Amino acid sequence: MTKKVFKGRVITGGEVTLEAIVSHQGVNTLATFEKSAIMRSKHVKASDQNNPDIFNKDITNKALCLPITIGSTTGGMVIQTICNMHSNPRAFLFSEPADSIGLSGIVLAKVWQNSNVICIDSLGEEFLKTVKTGDMLEIKKDGTITIL
Amino acid sequence: MIEYKMKLEPELVKILKGEEGDTKRKILETLVIYGEAFGAKRMVKITHGQGHLVTSFGTPIITPVYDCFDEIIAAGLTVKEGFTMDPRPLDHEGNVKYSLLDKIINGTAVFGKQKYYEEKLKKVGLKDSDSFSCTSYLPECGNTPKKGDILSWSESSAVNFTNSVLGARCNRNSGMIDVFGSILGYVPEFGFLLDENRKANWIIEIKTSKIPEAQLLGSAIGIKVQDGVPFVKGLDKWIGNKLDEKTISYLKDFGAATASNGAVGLYHIDGVTPEAVESGDKLIKKDAKVYVIDDAEFERVFKSYPIMWKKKDAKPKVCFIGCPHLTYYQLIDWHNRINDELNKKGLKKVTTEVVLNSAPKVLAHFKKDHPEMYEEYYEMGCKLSSICPLMYTSNPLTHSKAILTNSNKLRTYSNARYEFDSKVLDLITGGKF
Repeated sequence: MTKKVFKGRVITGGEVTLEAIVSHQGVNTLATFEKSAIMRSKHVKASDQNNPDIFNKDITNKALCLPITIGSTTGGMVIQTICNMHSNPRAFLFSEPADSIGLSGIVLAKVWQNSNVICIDSLGEEFLKTVKTGDMLEIKKDGTITIL
Repeated sequence: MIEYKMKLEPELVKILKGEEGDTKRKILETLVIYGEAFGAKRMVKITHGQGHLVTSFGTPIITPVYDCFDEIIAAGLTVKEGFTMDPRPLDHEGNVKYSLLDKIINGTAVFGKQKYYEEKLKKVGLKDSDSFSCTSYLPECGNTPKKGDILSWSESSAVNFTNSVLGARCNRNSGMIDVFGSILGYVPEFGFLLDENRKANWIIEIKTSKIPEAQLLGSAIGIKVQDGVPFVKGLDKWIGNKLDEKTISYLKDFGAATASNGAVGLYHIDGVTPEAVESGDKLIKKDAKVYVIDDAEFERVFKSYPIMWKKKDAKPKVCFIGCPHLTYYQLIDWHNRINDELNKKGLKKVTTEVVLNSAPKVLAHFKKDHPEMYEEYYEMGCKLSSICPLMYTSNPLTHSKAILTNSNKLRTYSNARYEFDSKVLDLITGGKF
């Protein structure tokens, strides 16, 4: 079988192979992470009932594949906090250019928490159409994503 | 020093070199990396110095926020013109019922660091202890930007309102990015700060048979356009062309739903909002997509909301009205509507716990001008509070409660059930599903 390869823009890089969890709609950061964070869960179970793609699924240490983040402007601080708690998705893989809230969370986590969270954006619409929850993704430092 | 591509003023280069301390360097570094990711070519001065911050809740888990504020305080940095905050998470005035267990959980796991956090906020520039509201742009709250002002604000609904209704310029900044820009007095120039990004890439055509419920209309648009800029046609037929208190209240609720159900930071209403009045169709991009909202589409969106209550036809345990916080106009309007409904049904008091939320300074204005209405609210069994209902639902014990609301924003972030204003009015006065 031919491996599907995609290339995006590296915001924060890294090399790792991860299981994908895919949201075809914008991920509401506060609605998704708040309940698990408040409960100090080691693993985030996505709690946004308006997002059937990821609702109730474990997203910690996975590659969260999404178009953009949406919702509350607490979102960046929420990403910074879950990175500090080490319950974050290991990688945020945006099909579109990352939005201001999602991206600020990544930058805050990197500069202030020295987090190793990976963020690659602009992977294209085809990426989100192709990748499926449960796929294994090989992520390279240059922003190349291979669906294994 | 990080490598950077944008053009920086000499004073900013010094900061980035660490000549004014490591904390200030990290603050600027964060803004430069953030801005360059969006193609910002320079940092620009903010012209409305008062900030507005979204992170108003002292939850123990947000240690990175406390650590940042500690560093800022230790470095002697402040927001010179001060800042307002989103609403407090808890009501200590007895206007919201908490069980003993609620109090214990709120006071420890959920908001156990509230006082600790507010002490830090005061040191960095919190305006005063009544400066907690998501509607800080209202005249009573004293933090109203003017058209063209550049801001470093957060709170999705406030950014949305100031951009769209006031014509100010602000990106959808996250918590912490907001205070960083306010401290430095600079923000990266990208997004809504630039004319080309204030143009609409969506045309919304309103073809409903009656005035659309503000928060359902906003939700439908937010879900559809996500982070797009909608230009709404046909709404002025229902809300008029004058930005009076009634229309401002409508747009506040509409905008909050576009921002929470999607990621809308700016919208234009044909013939109503300032840039649409000035430029009309010239604000619409040539390749703008079209979304038609008629009665059937309205119905479809409303029916798509999952009902998270365990018992779908339960009697509401508590009802929150005012997310975002109610305006002065809305406090009067809701008073009259509840009063009329009770009279019509021959009731003296509402039949469920009803909490109406508004900014402390708006409540003070209302109480001063209409002391009789203020008293009557309590006589009707309603309570007036300044809390954030969304934060009320952060307590896990609330997750199984049948919470009713007219706020699509609150619905989005909690298990609360959203209903139209008229249905809410019926349900809090003995009506059933």
